[in-house]
Amino acid sequence: MAISEETRRELAELASRYPSSRSALLPMLHLVQSAEGEITVEGIGACADALGITPAEVTGVSTFYTMYKRKQVGAHHIGVCTNTLCGLLGGDAVYAALSERLGVGHDQPSADGNFWLERIECQAACTHAPVMTVDWEFMDDVTPSSAVDIVDRLSRGERVESTRGPAIRDFRATERTLAFSEDDLADEGVSVDDKMLAGLRVAREQGMSAPSIPHAQEG
Amino acid sequence: MPLTPVITEHWDAPDLYTIDGYRRFGGYRALQGALKKDPDAIIGMVKDSGLRGRGGAGFPTGLKWSFVPQNDGKPHYLVVNADESEPGACKDIPIMMANPHALVEGVIITSYAIRAGHAFIYIRGEVPNAIRKVANAVRQAREAGLIGKNILGSGYDLEVVVHSGAGAYICGEETALLDSLEGYRGQPRLKPPFPAVAGLYASPTVINNVETIANIPYIVDRGVDWFRQFGTEKSPGFKVFAVSGHVNRPGIFEAPLGITMRELLGYAGGVRGGGEVKFWLPGGSSVPMLTSEHLDVPMTYEDMAAAGTMLGTGTPMIFDQTVSVVKAVTRWLEFYKHESCGKCTPCREGTYWITGMLEKFEHGHGSAEELDTIASACLQIGGRSFCALGDAAATPYPAAMKFFRDEFIAATQTSADEQFDPVASYVFAGAVTR
Repeated sequence: MAISEETRRELAELASRYPSSRSALLPMLHLVQSAEGEITVEGIGACADALGITPAEVTGVSTFYTMYKRKQVGAHHIGVCTNTLCGLLGGDAVYAALSERLGVGHDQPSADGNFWLERIECQAACTHAPVMTVDWEFMDDVTPSSAVDIVDRLSRGERVESTRGPAIRDFRATERTLAFSEDDLADEGVSVDDKMLAGLRVAREQGMSAPSIPHAQEG
Repeated sequence: MPLTPVITEHWDAPDLYTIDGYRRFGGYRALQGALKKDPDAIIGMVKDSGLRGRGGAGFPTGLKWSFVPQNDGKPHYLVVNADESEPGACKDIPIMMANPHALVEGVIITSYAIRAGHAFIYIRGEVPNAIRKVANAVRQAREAGLIGKNILGSGYDLEVVVHSGAGAYICGEETALLDSLEGYRGQPRLKPPFPAVAGLYASPTVINNVETIANIPYIVDRGVDWFRQFGTEKSPGFKVFAVSGHVNRPGIFEAPLGITMRELLGYAGGVRGGGEVKFWLPGGSSVPMLTSEHLDVPMTYEDMAAAGTMLGTGTPMIFDQTVSVVKAVTRWLEFYKHESCGKCTPCREGTYWITGMLEKFEHGHGSAEELDTIASACLQIGGRSFCALGDAAATPYPAAMKFFRDEFIAATQTSADEQFDPVASYVFAGAVTR
């Protein structure tokens, strides 16, 4: 698809944020995925134009990083962590259940184009294993049935909340957040949950604290 | 040893992630004090504190800062490594979601100390909720005059950019991160030159982990003596431990360095179902595993090294008796194979061949000779690649063989799933649907 003038303007805006414009290439490729739903030849060309480098150089970068896809991802990207800890604690079963439900294997789009399923590597949420992501928002502590339920609710267009983050939007919206590192959702949803507070609560219950602060005593 | 919440102390305040919430608990007080000091005095203070890098390697932070040449006429950069992707590591993302201003305040103070005019926070792309929280904190700090021109009337200028990665574990390696941040494939550079001399855009650059930088405001505000009340002589301070796996209460526990795994296990409610620790890793899949014999080793850099492992990221993963060590190790090698950037032949080819051999064992048809071949291949990778990913890939197998050789021998005949019913290790055992 042809890249719009608006997208070209935004690509240039991202490039202007850095002392060296090429530093913006990863965010720019996220913007391409937001506009195009995948990394397209046209998107590669627009990045190359904006940075004054060749399409081959942009392609070389885009193929290195797992998050950039060369097929339409569809409405929602579904990730299931199957690295050792999540996988052995149940992520393998979660992945199998989703694969059966969606009728696809690893790193593939579903036939209806609504979902992309991927076995993902460690998502930095091991305390919340097994972990699933929808459009890269956290879906912590899933089971095979809860994971399938999430996908079914998304299929029906129902509102689904991330366990630590805002309500699910879609893949392209997340890619836009990644491009600009910002959206207006910082105040939405819960970001600190029971597991993140586990130690703090034990400390409070048992009257434990860090040594007192020097100037707090003075003043 | 008691828990000592510092970075995590006010995480239950619902607005801590906002600048008003953070300020209510003394936030940005350290910055006000820091900007009145000579930058070298702050570097000296962090040196004296003994703070060591919390990203895994444990390099002394103040010493790293002091390597940046001063008055060299070049721009200096601070790059925060927020690419937390180490299997088992899950403490930087929570810090960024719960207390992003501690990171931002640390970034401003550190940049001032090393005389950087530009700071970058490189966050892995797979965590939009951490990215938006940090970006929101940076915007609020800018609006409050804490980032930008002439910060708090000090004459000091700083720009901060929040940058998203795109899915590559290797970008947690500091020189690969720099290549990635320059818009290239994230492949490591040969060192020397070290980033402190020639880093981002070939200029002097400090690269620090999120938790390391989040320590800075507390050290600068409360002082070296206060900080050194925690931990040991060689491992001073507190640590955001993240305990995961087969425990009753997995989660974040902040405690002084030197706490033991047995104590942390107690706070985490013990092993589920009254079971036993079969093996555990103190800080990520890249450090050698330990067993229940090592639960009383103090979790410091030096004691973990003496026990034959490393503190790493300080995020212990606990596996109980239901887990196949063959399967666990195979899965980690599959990870390293996937994440090897391909630059160095020993790592690229070695992870491929070792994984293939281990997968045979997982399915119950390896041979005893192949165990030696895998051991030999690990020796060929370790120390023979540009960066630590190769060394890390060569770590899980020898460590597992040290304690669980019999299980690998058994796997020449019997698959991992036959030896250990996979369902037994699920945390929702019984809830499996067909």
